[in-house]
Amino acid sequence: MEVVHLTEPLKLACGYSLTEHVLCVETYGELNRAKSNAVLICHALTGSHHAAGWHVGDKKPGWWDDMIGPGKSIDTDQFFVVSPSNIGTCHGSTGPLSINPKTNSTWGPNFPELHISDWTASQRMLMDHYKIKCWAAVVGGSLGGMQAMHWSVTYPDKLLSAVVIASAMKLSAQNIAFNEIARRAIKEDIDFHGGHYQEKNKKPSRGLALARMIGHVTYLSDLSMAEKFGREVLDGDFCNEKLDPVKFKIESYLNYQGDKFANEFDANSYILLTKMLDYFDLARKYDNQPSSAFRVATCKFLVLTFSSDWRFPPERSREITKALITAGCDVTHAEITSSQGHDAFLLPDSRYQQIFSTFMKRIASTLHC
Amino acid sequence: MDKILDLILQWIPSNSRVLDLACGDGSLLENLQRIHQVNGYGLEIDEKSILKCIKKGINVIEQDLDTGLNNFSDKCFDSVIMSQALQEMRHPHLLLGEMLRVGRECIITFPNFGHWSARCQLFFQGKMPVTRQLAYQWYETPNIHFFTYRDFKILCEAQKIRILHYDCIAETYPDVYLKKLFPNLFTQTAIFHLSL
Repeated sequence: MEVVHLTEPLKLACGYSLTEHVLCVETYGELNRAKSNAVLICHALTGSHHAAGWHVGDKKPGWWDDMIGPGKSIDTDQFFVVSPSNIGTCHGSTGPLSINPKTNSTWGPNFPELHISDWTASQRMLMDHYKIKCWAAVVGGSLGGMQAMHWSVTYPDKLLSAVVIASAMKLSAQNIAFNEIARRAIKEDIDFHGGHYQEKNKKPSRGLALARMIGHVTYLSDLSMAEKFGREVLDGDFCNEKLDPVKFKIESYLNYQGDKFANEFDANSYILLTKMLDYFDLARKYDNQPSSAFRVATCKFLVLTFSSDWRFPPERSREITKALITAGCDVTHAEITSSQGHDAFLLPDSRYQQIFSTFMKRIASTLHC
Repeated sequence: MDKILDLILQWIPSNSRVLDLACGDGSLLENLQRIHQVNGYGLEIDEKSILKCIKKGINVIEQDLDTGLNNFSDKCFDSVIMSQALQEMRHPHLLLGEMLRVGRECIITFPNFGHWSARCQLFFQGKMPVTRQLAYQWYETPNIHFFTYRDFKILCEAQKIRILHYDCIAETYPDVYLKKLFPNLFTQTAIFHLSL
């Protein structure tokens, strides 16, 4: 992991200017002499710079290890992969846990409001840090796909391709509703203290765990939960009513996931980032015409979606592709049959990986070395 | 077939926007892009064909044509092409209407079920024809609507579709000579260039 100090001021969409900021970055593979083989990985809501490989003491590899590595879809024998943690997150890059230089205390709930354009602007600076002139690909799933789309319309000459997986051009009312339930769960925790929990040496862990449990359910599908847990019972049984109450496997799994997340993630970050998701609307600046937004884009697009994803269902991806075709952009669109819900974009699947690999190989074959 | 490609190249101007329905491995679009620099998109549902398109760098959209084309707005393409697939569609007449809604013009090729070899098999052997153009047994064929060269002209008339050009293609003898005299009997593959 590398800590990159970006000393140029970053003017945020909300008007606030970060005089300098820090990004934690992992890179994989080698940058070629022409600096033409760089791929930017855009993480999703709770992702980090640790996208691939194993750290000492890891129980799991990086969050996209199935896709990034030698011979994998994003082949590190071909590409130089740049994977930053973006600002506002809580894994070491500038965010609510960092010190505000003006007050010398942590930002906490006062970290400025973020938009996706702030992430891409910061990534644009990171690009200069590595002296990369043009990304071979900007790649991401979910919120990551939104960044890839934003790159394509904001810096059209700075990328050859955009891979947009399980994403949407804006959130639906239902998406925003789930985010608001999550935020309220955090804010209602008695240890939240209006976001100033750090100063009181507290953590709104119960609220954050609940927020994660709600989110987690929306990342799975009815079918995947049925396959993985069904009505399997961990404790108690229905034959002897006097024994302990029955506890289903899914209950234990969700509670475990919630608690684990509450330990690792920062509540202010979660609120900040879910808000950022809610605010995103690719076409807002373009008269609400998505095809007008894409009219400036020149890169090749790969749009992938999963049949059981109800967080960003296939219809959202079809809208993206429709707008791209109307705008005359080059696009490949595939709908992967999967029972894994929104999480499918993180998981191995032979057809998904085959399409992804083939597209990336094609990009690699067009690069100047 | 080169003859079909030559005709399509004549009928599609350079730099036009083209949609190829059931584009297969993308060969036609690849040729159109190379020779005429078209802005082309293919629709396909076969997974292997989709991969072949991606390998070639062809824009391919995974889409079941039986669900229609309502994700495309009116006249958003100059030409919509469908090669050898109309007979596989659930509602060929509706899809034809859709093709002429999203495209200014359309080009359709199809196997002529009225060809003498098909007629002979049905008439003399009493069996559903298996020919080079219709190379499946009845129980495994993807072709669910059989129609002839003449049937298609009648459909165009009924739907008030203008036939801009057409041609009858036959590759073997004596069909090559006789197709002009008796097109419905000797055409192996028909190609139509249509508009409203």
